[in-house]
Amino acid sequence: MAHSTRRGLAGLATAALAHSATLRQAQAQARYPSRPLQMIVPWGAGGGTDATARIVAALLEKELKQPVNVVNRTGGSGVVGHAAIASAQPDGYTIGIITVEIAMMHWQGLTELTYANYTPLGLVNRDAPGIQVSSASPYKDITALAEAIKASPPGRLKASGTGQGGIWHLALVGWLQAMGLKPDHVRWVPSNGAAPGMQDLVAGGVDIVPCSIPEARAMIDAGRARSLAIMAPARDPQFPDIPTLKETIGVDYSTAVWRGIGAPLRLPAEQAATLTAALKRVYESAEYKDFMRSRGFGMDWADGAGFRSVMAETDKAMGEAMRAAGLAKT
Amino acid sequence: MKDILEGFALVAQFDVLLAILASAVYGLVVGSLPGLSATMATALLVPVTFYLSPIAAVATIITASAMAIFSGDIPGCLLRIPGTPASAAYTDEAYAMTRKGQAELALGTGLWFSALGGIAGTLSLVVMAPLLAELALNFSSFEYFWLAALGLMCATLVARSSPVKAIASMLGGLLVSCVGMENPAGAPRFVFGITDLLGGIEPLPALVGVFAVSEVMRAMAAAEPPPLPRRRFGPIMAGQWELTKRYQKPMWRGNVVGIIIGVLPGAGADMAAWVSYAMSKRFSKEPEKFGTGHPEGLVEAGASNNASLASGWVPSLLFGVPGDTITAIAIGVLYMKGLNPGPTLFTERASSMYALYIIFALANIIMIPLGIVMIRLAAGVLRAPRAAVMPVVLLLCAIGSYATGNNLFSVLLVAGFGVLGYGMERCGYPVAALVLGIVMGSMFEQTFVTSLIKSDGSILPFFERPVSAVLAAITLGALLWPLGVWAWRRFARSSGSRKARQLVG
Repeated sequence: MAHSTRRGLAGLATAALAHSATLRQAQAQARYPSRPLQMIVPWGAGGGTDATARIVAALLEKELKQPVNVVNRTGGSGVVGHAAIASAQPDGYTIGIITVEIAMMHWQGLTELTYANYTPLGLVNRDAPGIQVSSASPYKDITALAEAIKASPPGRLKASGTGQGGIWHLALVGWLQAMGLKPDHVRWVPSNGAAPGMQDLVAGGVDIVPCSIPEARAMIDAGRARSLAIMAPARDPQFPDIPTLKETIGVDYSTAVWRGIGAPLRLPAEQAATLTAALKRVYESAEYKDFMRSRGFGMDWADGAGFRSVMAETDKAMGEAMRAAGLAKT
Repeated sequence: MKDILEGFALVAQFDVLLAILASAVYGLVVGSLPGLSATMATALLVPVTFYLSPIAAVATIITASAMAIFSGDIPGCLLRIPGTPASAAYTDEAYAMTRKGQAELALGTGLWFSALGGIAGTLSLVVMAPLLAELALNFSSFEYFWLAALGLMCATLVARSSPVKAIASMLGGLLVSCVGMENPAGAPRFVFGITDLLGGIEPLPALVGVFAVSEVMRAMAAAEPPPLPRRRFGPIMAGQWELTKRYQKPMWRGNVVGIIIGVLPGAGADMAAWVSYAMSKRFSKEPEKFGTGHPEGLVEAGASNNASLASGWVPSLLFGVPGDTITAIAIGVLYMKGLNPGPTLFTERASSMYALYIIFALANIIMIPLGIVMIRLAAGVLRAPRAAVMPVVLLLCAIGSYATGNNLFSVLLVAGFGVLGYGMERCGYPVAALVLGIVMGSMFEQTFVTSLIKSDGSILPFFERPVSAVLAAITLGALLWPLGVWAWRRFARSSGSRKARQLVG
């Protein structure tokens, strides 16, 4: 409780400063940030989002000359942490990592929160799904697989890689629709994430796993699985051998998971500008590039406005896919 | 040979050795605190590994997780509060030994057989990694379904109370595991509009609640028990060699079962401990002694959970498929440090692999001296007055459950499960079976539903696939065996009494 009072006082102080003379305001802004920042992560310690947040926080600390503390606020399948970012004091001292789930949860009626509840600061990562099959599978390229899908009776082929209504399920739905097929033409087998899905692919339990290529990389490297295509506008420079859907079967469909840094609404513009500029320098640093390359995560940058439009596009696309798959409540 | 020497050179760096020692102490402390699991200990290490060399980074995770799984036995034995879910299966047994004045024997058993199990698991990793990985890859949801069913059946085997109450507890656990939207349909169930329930109820707050908080409540409600005889703690390793000789078969069975369960993705140390304890009781020559402070089950389950830890790395290192929650975190660190999982890790980077093997062996060897120190320190708890210990335990429960997600809700959950656990114990329902239901519930449901989706609603594939058929036979056999025994006894008795009557007549 002491913590929220302190934050409340700080918020009042910021508000008071903002309403005082321009000179004092300028001084106050020049001093930002004058105390440690908090970065909220809506997912558990040890996962990919947590690792990304921690490297960004460590580098942001160097840029801002203030400690940036990472706090995992888990629970409610990401709802709790995302809500904590949105409802924090907009004083520039609480920021958070926002993940693609923000564009999905509200369609399922799990929360009222949407991307519009945040001040976007910068997009730092984007990964497009690849289309993986087992190396024992008869489909050698994406054309053969697409033909086989079209020729098969609905529900014969199975795909897995995340829970029902998860991001990779929606990627599959979007792809099937772009090919003019029903959203459940390939039946979805829910799994606890991409790794169990890939394992089931190799064990012969499912036919297709549409998950991000870094998640499938170990199985591909082990010669157990093949990545036939990527659902992106262009090839991934880290995996240049994997063609896009458009250049192979002429289906112009792309989607992605992304992660970005955001703050609560009504963040003062000067502070947002400071944070975005610092994030851009973090993104361009050699340490960040090394980290992303080692994890195989896709590099993509967008500033505040750009991140907002990425979120808006995803929100619309996810809404359509979820309605088509009968998963949307609203 | 050159690779092995290079491996030794990689480990014999100052920073690596320091990392092993520091993370060993860290793992022992975190594992012994109720509410902080081995997974949690590993997750908290990730930010530290950013600043370490690749081998040192992986060494911290290997060492800390091995230590935490062992030291979870300590509070279980001394206070009947398991430090990690992997210790929950045999907590009652270990505590019963403490009440009999054999605390050092119980803790020594945990330590000695944990170390042996860890070394056996390491050997399996060295010798059979590719073979074991092949086995793991053949497991689809059909096989996992039977495995989960077998796991659930352990509830009746491990309980001392009536089987009916044990099954009721286990079903209660299954009901709890239904909460949330992490189910095959992705639909929120039993959430009552509460956001915090969307993610479901994790086993950890439930475990801490039903074991630790209810123990504190019982301590408050009951009179101070007669104090344990005031005496110095005897030598911890005394008698372990005797036990090793006497219980050789259970030990090996524990090692093998632990290795096999560890290799399977998604089934980890928790399940290994449950299955091994249940098997130990099932095959023991003196099953009536189980639950009264009998070391046999501790030998088998203690070896099993540490053996599973090392073999859990097999699918992670070869295919990037996590064997349990700990290796799921470790895979991220491997990638970050350029030790990408895959067969090439075993060929092109063989020296790094040997370094990992050596670290596994080293961690399990230094576990013995460090564990003895830890046990001696912790034994002070037995001498401390209850009025001093219980508030500290309650505080640790609150901090531990808050720390996992910085979420006040899990603290409330712990309190709720504490009340539930207290009530269940009063009425003779075993709380361990409830925890088992929660741990296994989501796997049981997930594998059943996904299997049916894959087979288009047919149940034949549950029996058609070869491994699946074998597991099905074991499960159904174990289910029908007690029934058969009961029917046979009844038949024998009735025909026997008929004979007796005829003789009299």
